[in-house]
Amino acid sequence: MPVIEVTDLRKSYSGRPVVDGVSFAVEEGEIFGILGPNGAGKTTTVECVEGLRVPDAGRVRVAGLDPVADHDRLTRVLGAQLQEGRLQEKLTVGEALRLYAALHPAPADWRPLAERLGLTARLDTRFGKLSGGQKQRLFIALALVGDPRVVVLDELTTGLDPRARRDTWRLVEEIRDSGVTVLLVTHFMEEAQRLCDRVAVIDQGRIAALDTPAGLIRRSAGATVITFTPSAPLDERELNALPGLASVSHKDGRITLAGGDETVNAVISLLARHRVTAHHLRVGDATLDDAYLDLTETTS
Amino acid sequence: MNTAVLRTEARLLAREPGSLFWILAFPPLLLVILGAVPAFREPQDALGGLRVVDTYVPVTVLVGLIVAGVQAMPAGLTGYREHGILRRMATTPVRPSALLSAQMLVHAVAAVLSALLTLTAGRVLCDVHLPRQPFGYLLALLLAVLAALALGSLISAVSRTVKIAGAVGTVVFFPMLFCAGVWLPVPSMPDLMADIVVLTPFGAAAQALGDATAGDWPGWAHLGVMAGWAVLLSGAAARWFRWE
Repeated sequence: MPVIEVTDLRKSYSGRPVVDGVSFAVEEGEIFGILGPNGAGKTTTVECVEGLRVPDAGRVRVAGLDPVADHDRLTRVLGAQLQEGRLQEKLTVGEALRLYAALHPAPADWRPLAERLGLTARLDTRFGKLSGGQKQRLFIALALVGDPRVVVLDELTTGLDPRARRDTWRLVEEIRDSGVTVLLVTHFMEEAQRLCDRVAVIDQGRIAALDTPAGLIRRSAGATVITFTPSAPLDERELNALPGLASVSHKDGRITLAGGDETVNAVISLLARHRVTAHHLRVGDATLDDAYLDLTETTS
Repeated sequence: MNTAVLRTEARLLAREPGSLFWILAFPPLLLVILGAVPAFREPQDALGGLRVVDTYVPVTVLVGLIVAGVQAMPAGLTGYREHGILRRMATTPVRPSALLSAQMLVHAVAAVLSALLTLTAGRVLCDVHLPRQPFGYLLALLLAVLAALALGSLISAVSRTVKIAGAVGTVVFFPMLFCAGVWLPVPSMPDLMADIVVLTPFGAAAQALGDATAGDWPGWAHLGVMAGWAVLLSGAAARWFRWE
């Protein structure tokens, strides 16, 4: 049975629909991603899940609870790391952990939690003196200190350097491995591809696609990318006629083709037919980036 | 009221040297400086035999209270909203209103503490006598604290950011100090001005505290003015306060 169920959720701000009929279900123990451009309605959607906003229409259930009507019980099963949040500048890490543990009736022990998140050496450091990565780790700890079944992480790694981002990803995987379901809001494709079991792509308040990251890539038109520098010019018409081709581009004499497996075979025989050598030939899978652009291209 | 939240707020206020100075140290200091002026230590017939320094005791008591309620607290409350601290609290089993009530309580305690320090400094260093009607004094002081907190909450309710709260707080601050009698204690004001000033929360407070110091039960009209402002201002604050 899904731990989060969202059915036909709608929310408007001053008459402008921001979430316009979103439905999805998150299974216990998965990392479920919500992906989309800025202003697509991602944060509003998860705020309805967190009970911070009252939906105009539709149904939201978290562990069987209505986030608005059962808000008190919801806060015992759902932890949230909010986008762009702060704490009191002069509150230390240890005080924040103790305080938020004291707000919950049955909290997790905050000491091992601090240890797991690499905050033990920072317990006496004031919030205002923490680095961006340390702040985010503290927010994760505060979201987990109530010992929740579900945790919502909104734009977790925005503004972090690549190393802090990778460290944070490892933490998210550890959270999932400890049995907590993760609802992850992001606009980083690499993050979604690396972490998520399934991804809902939201665009203009609607779900544009919902699948595993690999499934989304497969479904997009140019799942395979071929790049090479031909030793002699190739006929443009012949290139455009390649089977399964999604796009062709030229840059500094280098050709990039996006298509399917049949495109790869066809381009190799085309090269052989014209006795053209392909220098630096690379064949690779498209990334979620490509799939995402393909999915949101039609609407934006 | 949540004790963990209250403890945290008390600890955080203790880490604000600016607030601590203006609330706790400045009012007794001001009184002692005024008391050091020889002319202010001479009984004046125009003041009914009181010395100028005596008339400044209610004023300096109110200064600490106004700083706590109108300057320190609104900045804190508005920051908690602006920085998403109220929102974060809303994701826990404790309601964010616990943060507001903790903020109000720590500032109320600081204001009362400031009054006690000022009275003690006055007694020890300026030979000012303690209130002869202590219960009436305490009642007037508590009503004045409530009015200051209500005014501060309203400032926080109408100010979207900490910067705006600071600006609005400063605009409100000086008229409130004037009414409390910082430039001219209420008993020394011309009649018409005094009649108007005692209709403001801190003008009424200054009179009520003065009466209780002299040994009279503070006038019900003054107590009523403070209570009325407290109800009106907190009602307006509740009406306009936004959680985000």
